[in-house]
Amino acid sequence: MPEGAAVPRLAWRWLAAGVVALAVLPWYGVEGFFGALTGGGRALWPALAQPFDGHGWVALCLVPLLVAGFAIALRRPFLLAGAALGGISWMVLEGLAITHKGWAWPGLAGWFGDLGAQPAMGWGALGYAVACLMLLSIALALRGWLRGDVFVLGAILLVAATVVLFVFLPLMQVLGSAVRDEAGQFAPWVFLAKLGDRSIWGVACVTGGTACGSAWNSLWLAVVVGGLTTVLGLAFALVSARTRFFAPGVLQVMGLLPVITPPFVIGLALILMFGRAGFVSAFLANNFGIPRTRWLYGVPGIAIAQVLAFTPIAFMVLQGVLRGVAPSLEEAAQTLRAGRWHALRTVTWPLIRPGVANAFLIGFIESLADFGNPLILGGNFTVLSTDIFFAVVGAAHDQGRAAVLSIVLLVFTLAAFMAQRLWVGEGRYTTVTGKGDSGQPPPLPRGVAWACHGVVLPWILLTAVVYFLILAGGFVTAIGRNNTPTLSHFLTVFGVDHGVGGWFLSGSGWDSFITTLELAAIAMPVTAGLGLLTAWLLARQSFPGRGSFEFLTMLSFAVPGTVIGISYILAFNVPPVELTGTGTILVICFVFRNMPVGIRAGLASLAQIDRSLDEASLTLRANSFRTLRLVILPIIRPAIVTAMVYSFVRAVTAVSAVIFLTTAQYNLATVYIVGRADIGEYGIALVYSAVLILTLIGVLAGIRLVVGEQRIGRRALVVTS
Amino acid sequence: MNRVAVTFAAVALGCIASTAARAQNSVTVYCGVDENWCRGMVTAFTKATGIKTEMTRQSAGEIYARLRAEKDNPRGDIWWGGTGDPHLQAAEEGLSEEYHSPNLNKLTPWAQKQAERSHYRTVGLYLGALGYGYNSEELARRKMTPPACWADLIKPEYKGEVQIADPNSSGTSWTTLATLVQLMGEDEGFAFLKKLHANVNEYTKSGAAPAQAAGRGETLVGIAFQHDVIDVAKHGNPVVVVSPCEGTGYEIGSMSLIKGAKHPEEAKKFYEFALSAEAQAIAPSFGSYQFPSNASVPIPKEAPDLSKVKLIDYDFAKYGSSAVRTRLLGKWTAEVKSLPR
Repeated sequence: MPEGAAVPRLAWRWLAAGVVALAVLPWYGVEGFFGALTGGGRALWPALAQPFDGHGWVALCLVPLLVAGFAIALRRPFLLAGAALGGISWMVLEGLAITHKGWAWPGLAGWFGDLGAQPAMGWGALGYAVACLMLLSIALALRGWLRGDVFVLGAILLVAATVVLFVFLPLMQVLGSAVRDEAGQFAPWVFLAKLGDRSIWGVACVTGGTACGSAWNSLWLAVVVGGLTTVLGLAFALVSARTRFFAPGVLQVMGLLPVITPPFVIGLALILMFGRAGFVSAFLANNFGIPRTRWLYGVPGIAIAQVLAFTPIAFMVLQGVLRGVAPSLEEAAQTLRAGRWHALRTVTWPLIRPGVANAFLIGFIESLADFGNPLILGGNFTVLSTDIFFAVVGAAHDQGRAAVLSIVLLVFTLAAFMAQRLWVGEGRYTTVTGKGDSGQPPPLPRGVAWACHGVVLPWILLTAVVYFLILAGGFVTAIGRNNTPTLSHFLTVFGVDHGVGGWFLSGSGWDSFITTLELAAIAMPVTAGLGLLTAWLLARQSFPGRGSFEFLTMLSFAVPGTVIGISYILAFNVPPVELTGTGTILVICFVFRNMPVGIRAGLASLAQIDRSLDEASLTLRANSFRTLRLVILPIIRPAIVTAMVYSFVRAVTAVSAVIFLTTAQYNLATVYIVGRADIGEYGIALVYSAVLILTLIGVLAGIRLVVGEQRIGRRALVVTS
Repeated sequence: MNRVAVTFAAVALGCIASTAARAQNSVTVYCGVDENWCRGMVTAFTKATGIKTEMTRQSAGEIYARLRAEKDNPRGDIWWGGTGDPHLQAAEEGLSEEYHSPNLNKLTPWAQKQAERSHYRTVGLYLGALGYGYNSEELARRKMTPPACWADLIKPEYKGEVQIADPNSSGTSWTTLATLVQLMGEDEGFAFLKKLHANVNEYTKSGAAPAQAAGRGETLVGIAFQHDVIDVAKHGNPVVVVSPCEGTGYEIGSMSLIKGAKHPEEAKKFYEFALSAEAQAIAPSFGSYQFPSNASVPIPKEAPDLSKVKLIDYDFAKYGSSAVRTRLLGKWTAEVKSLPR
């Protein structure tokens, strides 16, 4: 850091924060924070008072801070780093060693005697850990790491620490069960036997048998869905950004609708239409004699439902990318007499390639991890995600098998990353530079425009019908069988009644509805912020371990929700970090599961912005935080919108990850819907979905209004053809 | 950096502060039956005792998985409802608490037997007989005679018209497999399953799905528990329940006290309440038509006529053990599921 005195002052402040955390904040967290304040007793004492309650080891946390004080006063960064690391290590060690039932390793009691038990960590511990991390980053900056940039170092350490705590460690708990037998003993051969199982890797469908293994099925489906969503998303994005579509609003809404729908419901609507007893099938059978079949169940059904669900994500990613392409380049190509097609192929296409690769990657991974659609449309087609779920909760109860299947799924995801890296390569795709940048993109070649419209229009029609079914289905008695309009389903779920105490919400769905929106709203800014910060770190900073850092952040996205849910219970049900049964664990689950979308959107946007902008800002002596805030953030606004919208929506519509984490107090909308659909109450499931969808549309419109659209100072698009 | 860290800490604080306290005089119920019945039961209990009740509804398999994951620090107090096998398995693994209810003698013999079998770590709540449902409209359209026996389902005219869950994932379907093996002997049973395989259009993941599909006409026949079929019919679907003429197996919906529960006294009160005639009599009003375990409660009129349901002597001890299950499931997967159709 250039300013000599600033860093020590910062260090003193964080040191003070650490002391406050030890001396004032309650070290332990007692179930229910507010409850604890009124009657928690001694567990509420701060760390420095804990020796009087028999928890003397906690007060030792002060020692590293004292050492740090000396280190700052004497300007010894190496000592400071050691002290900060020591503080964190001691905290982790005592937390793991002494659990809520005493020593974690009984052998230690012989050495130190029985020290009793301790509850989970609370506010004081959180504050202390953050202070230590910050002191560590200051020390490293003083040693000259990353050009002495405290902000970057602090951000990296914070993100890495949270990701390790909330993604890596829980996953290790589950994956560890892959190499254990039924009794919990280490048994690597069990792992190999399960890994080689025919139900995973069988190739019978190629050789003439009945069905292939679920690994091949998943892979094949993901490639098809990834490809289709990318093509469709690109068509949507081209029509939206490069033509004068007659109803741009429709395009935006249509593109968004499927994202804001619980996946389960799309499958349901497809069955109502194309199932053997669906009305489209009935119409075809009655009028054209086309026999009713069960063609929907299996690959066709899953693929249609997934493409319906994931195309909008590709659309949002690619639209952002297309808007970011500097039209001056395309204009230059035209000036040089390149035809429209030639310009599209040789200028625009190479520029949007990273976006296309990202869109494919997201579609591919989403398809691999999707759970709801294969569950109800799968037929005899088995995929990894549902296999994992039923390995855990099914009649076989084989958590080891679930872990093995998860590992296979993770390997596929990793492979997708590698492929994307190879394809996008090291080329340069920056087009938003500091230089003058105006111009008009050329219109699309006529053939391409026709093809795009030809794809987009029928798809809009299909989407419209699906959504009409979902929205209207809840307002008739029994859709398809008895189409008398009724409000009874709606009133069951969202009734408002008047009693002696005035108006109250009597519907059975209100609780879960309000909880869902509240938790999703809390998770939204954290997810987007953390995601974009991580993207910026990955795109703009080079630091040792960057590759593994990136992979770590993508892990939670690739792992099926069921595994995440189980892993969170395993990891956070007991001290030192005890979160199950709270709303916090749901928020954390949302944040770390959806953060990768923010990262991908941010990376795609940042890849297009020339580093010279950052450099100019840094040369003008703005620090990296100021540069990020004043230069980068305004340019990547579309990515911010994508990240916020997506994190909110995914939080509201998540099913498989949260099904193990919900409690009576924190019941969620999707769990309620699945529970109703499960017992055949489609009217109630559909009416709830409809209300959820309309609410989400309102929220999205609000976000757009507040954050706004991207403005890069270009002329308005005028299509001249 | 200050600002990032401060914002971060503030948000973290906000998250944790938003989580409210856990009430003291309360009980947490993991409910394994359907949502309506769960809610009705919990409301009735709170009305009768004034104890605040927190209920989480999940399938029996999910609750079992949750208990295993939470065993070092259980969150639930009592597990009410859901098919018996996971309850027995939880008892075997010591996840549930031993308890001798003073009201045990008021229960039917099969419910007491369930308690004995588990060394009093679980108890029978209701009995649901296995069977199947057929869609009467689809049947009429094909001009077929209504099926009445297991043997009808392997006739060639049912090709591609039978749906059943995959026993590897569904407890319902595992009960079917075990029933057929007990009814016909292992070799005959597997021969039957192979013939049935030729007629099956889909092995679903969840056990209740075939009944739903039969109700919608997505399949002609769906094999499921009879009360599930009746429930689908109650929702206005043209589906008729069949209790197979050869005899059929059944599940014993059970209840277990969770070991290490935070509110053991309240849990026991819930336990006694759930066994009482008062609590069991309300089940039909929430669309649940199983046979109740309290001997003094009348059998719901919608329930299948017990004189027509021929129950086999289901050996829960043998077919509930994981060794037998693993062997038979492996055999089914290798010899039946992999056959071409």
